[in-house]
Amino acid sequence: MNTKKISFRVNGQAVTLEADVRESLLEALRNKLNLMGTKKGCGVGECGACTVLINGETIDTCIYLAVWADGKEIRTVEGEAKEGRLSKVQQAMLDEGAVQCGFCTPGFVMSITAMAESGQTFTTEEIKKELSGNMCRCTGYQNIVRAAEKVLQK
Amino acid sequence: MFDIANYEEARDLEQAIELLTKDPRAKLVAGGTDILLHVREGKLPEAHLVSIHEVAELKGIHLEADSTIVIKPVTTFTQVSSHPLIREHLPFLGEAVNWVGGPQTRHAGTIGGNICNGATSADSAPTLFALNARLQITGPAGIRTIAIQDFYTGPGKVALTQGEILTAIRIAPEDYRGFSGHYIKYAMRNAMDIATLSCSVLCKLGDANLVEDFRLALGVAAPTPIRCLKTETAVKGQTFSKELAATAGKTAVTEVNPRTSWRASKEYRLQLVAELSKRAFREAVAKRRNPA
Repeated sequence: MNTKKISFRVNGQAVTLEADVRESLLEALRNKLNLMGTKKGCGVGECGACTVLINGETIDTCIYLAVWADGKEIRTVEGEAKEGRLSKVQQAMLDEGAVQCGFCTPGFVMSITAMAESGQTFTTEEIKKELSGNMCRCTGYQNIVRAAEKVLQK
Repeated sequence: MFDIANYEEARDLEQAIELLTKDPRAKLVAGGTDILLHVREGKLPEAHLVSIHEVAELKGIHLEADSTIVIKPVTTFTQVSSHPLIREHLPFLGEAVNWVGGPQTRHAGTIGGNICNGATSADSAPTLFALNARLQITGPAGIRTIAIQDFYTGPGKVALTQGEILTAIRIAPEDYRGFSGHYIKYAMRNAMDIATLSCSVLCKLGDANLVEDFRLALGVAAPTPIRCLKTETAVKGQTFSKELAATAGKTAVTEVNPRTSWRASKEYRLQLVAELSKRAFREAVAKRRNPA
């Protein structure tokens, strides 16, 4: 059994855990830290359901080894609502009906959050390109793009 | 859980070479966006991995005293396209790697991994071929440098022996100064897809639209990325016109050897070679006239 002790920050909190070298960061987040918001969809880095922010960048955690998280700053969907209040991105998705079954929502929230915090403005075409690594089987995307526009095109 | 039997995280380049040399079965992992899929798909049962994910000396882009641009292999696609040196000198390379996968893949995947996979469809490859990129390879016997054309030896095969690591992609000033360039990726979707055919054109335009220099490289048009040298010779020294661009496309068709695959037939790819070469040439010239 090959494990490595790693320390990193998740949603502002310092954590230390024994990571199995065979484990994806997604598995560590879900199984060891009980953070179930990050979803396992395809498992091969195509659908974006497992997207989190690592040092501010969106990453698919299903193809990111847990041991690589050592020393990194990680944000998951659990850290977005503060004191019971949804983040701007979450509220926009709710208002625009961008959530149906909800499975892809955490990934989309993290992708749109990264865009919102970049300080840049985005055209609708740029929004679509930036969200191309996140898939949704319910909404047809239109409402998700609208929620992103609401946050990013002020 | 990935089917990984043995995993080593290299501290530095020296240790990575040592670990690879010691274990003939060991595979190198950088960004992981390709190799972890192979592990997941069972193509590498009980994988032995040596990771250079955290090796700082293999990351970054810098300019040498003679203006040679050096791109380290563990630089992510996002870091390549957003780097000031790339934006200033090689904007067309930044545009090319922006076609890889989706944002999440580009934040993790590396330009070195893109080349070392040996895929003819690699989005960085045609432009690096057109730039006459030279690859610095470091191994137990020391450092050697080869042309990228000699690095690709077949589909998925590159000229690395066990223990050797790509340590730098080098682009000389005479290969980028004064050039404008354009990359076209033809695929079924605008994102998260692999090129059906890809094409990179670099050109240097002189007075009265004289084509002083011209480079044409294609991906998925042969088992490896290729340069179309015959086409280049035919175009160099001519005056640019729409007709010349069309001729370049027609000539390129005689230099390629695409195959039929589930993505497209050979005939379709030949049509794409002619069309994309023509369009990329015209775009590269347009960028020269109207620099962004």
